Amino acid sequence: MTPVDEALLRELTPAVIGVVVRRGADFAAAEDAVQEALVEAVRVWPDDPPQDAKGWLVTVAWRKFLDAVRADSARRAREERVDAEPTPAAGELVDDTLQVYFLCAHPSLTPASAVALTLRAVGGLTTRQIAQAYLVPEATMAQRISRAKRTVADVRFTQAGDLGTVLRVLYLVFNEGYSGDVDLAAEAIRLTRQLAVRTKDEEVAGLLALMLLHHARRPARTAADGQLVTLAEQDRGRWDTRLIAEGVDILQAALARDRLGEFQAQAAIAALHADAQTAAETDWPQIVEWYDELVRLTDSPVARLNRAVAVGEAESPQAGLKALTALDPDLPRYAAVGAYLHERAGDLATAARLYAEAARAAPSVPERDHLTRQVARLRR
Amino acid sequence: MPKYLLLKHYRGAPAPPHNVAMDEWTPEEFSAHVQYMRDFAARIQESGEWVDHQALSPEGTWVRSDGEGRPPITDGPFAETKDLIAGWMVIDVDSYERALELAGELSAAPGAGGKPIHEWLELRPFMREPDTITE
Repeated sequence: MTPVDEALLRELTPAVIGVVVRRGADFAAAEDAVQEALVEAVRVWPDDPPQDAKGWLVTVAWRKFLDAVRADSARRAREERVDAEPTPAAGELVDDTLQVYFLCAHPSLTPASAVALTLRAVGGLTTRQIAQAYLVPEATMAQRISRAKRTVADVRFTQAGDLGTVLRVLYLVFNEGYSGDVDLAAEAIRLTRQLAVRTKDEEVAGLLALMLLHHARRPARTAADGQLVTLAEQDRGRWDTRLIAEGVDILQAALARDRLGEFQAQAAIAALHADAQTAAETDWPQIVEWYDELVRLTDSPVARLNRAVAVGEAESPQAGLKALTALDPDLPRYAAVGAYLHERAGDLATAARLYAEAARAAPSVPERDHLTRQVARLRR
Repeated sequence: MPKYLLLKHYRGAPAPPHNVAMDEWTPEEFSAHVQYMRDFAARIQESGEWVDHQALSPEGTWVRSDGEGRPPITDGPFAETKDLIAGWMVIDVDSYERALELAGELSAAPGAGGKPIHEWLELRPFMREPDTITE
């Protein structure tokens, strides 16, 4: 009995889907067939490991696909379509895996659908795992995935896709920290890494670096009792130096190509934080410069808000508060930033009032609890 | 992908425009109402947005601790209780706007005379996990 290499199975998933589509299956049917082949691999491989894992999966998935076509009441119509599908010209250089990324993040999909489809068809996760990760019933996730497949049913598989939407989907998977038995942050990193191997795009590298640099801090971000630990208070000895080094290398290589984008700019900010041995050693003036770049690139109000914090550190709390007055008070975390800057400026009463306001508006329990503790601390 | 709770009240919500108490409906009107709710739930199951729904009995009991080693104290039901929840639906949607749209649809369930009740529903966001990327 050899244990099944599930990482290998999942890595091969999009490429195998690609081959089955090229042989003439439509994407939805190919995706189903490959999922069935994965299940069979997990069952059969321990006793009978294949010489060529990908070839085995393609053969079994194709058989599953043909079984499904034969079983289908509309089989005649579908078989005709299969026969009519042109076989790709020899030597056509399109990366199947990349095409599956594009299809799963197609602009016609809503973010939730694109995320679900990407995790299944690119990530090789089961519907149950994805449902658990996002805390919805399995039947709901199954519906979401099959609707997503219907939405992209008419998209030509060989059509060039939009890398920007792929990156936004991967960013969402990373940033939303839900967890079942699948580590979504680690999964997002795996999928972005796999994408980076296939493209020379600087923003793919930028996003990968951003993920690695934030993932490096994960052990320090939460205390043993589940409390959030702010960046300034984190035990930097618990940061993963190997991930930081990798993130910095990837970022530097991307920046050297001089095609800046928002993910590279965000990663540069994370890298400057990672570079400081203590919070006091943080190079805030340079961080402000990167926020200026980020604001220029995205015009994002959130970037402006974070810039105000950085200005507060680089110049003075008063300068930070001045930057804040130009922004919309309805922005998420506006009150929390104001509270922090007022405390730094020595106005503890205003800070406590704003922390309380921020706690009431907090979008997550750990943030709310953290902000409530700040109120208690200041009013002690 | 935010989750929202749609809360339906027996009491405590503002009065709806089409305000005829349920016990004055005909059996057919009541059946049409129930069918509308079922169809709505089926539709959002099919769209991959349904998470849960439950109806609650109007009967309830207030409970509190009475100190260590003593049984909890119960009381009520209190007739004067301002707010009484009838049931809920939990949805998982792409945006606040979509949650509003679905709440609007649910609120249009038919009541007396087969006309939409336009009852007030309470829409409450779930707390989510904190973002990983914060600066």
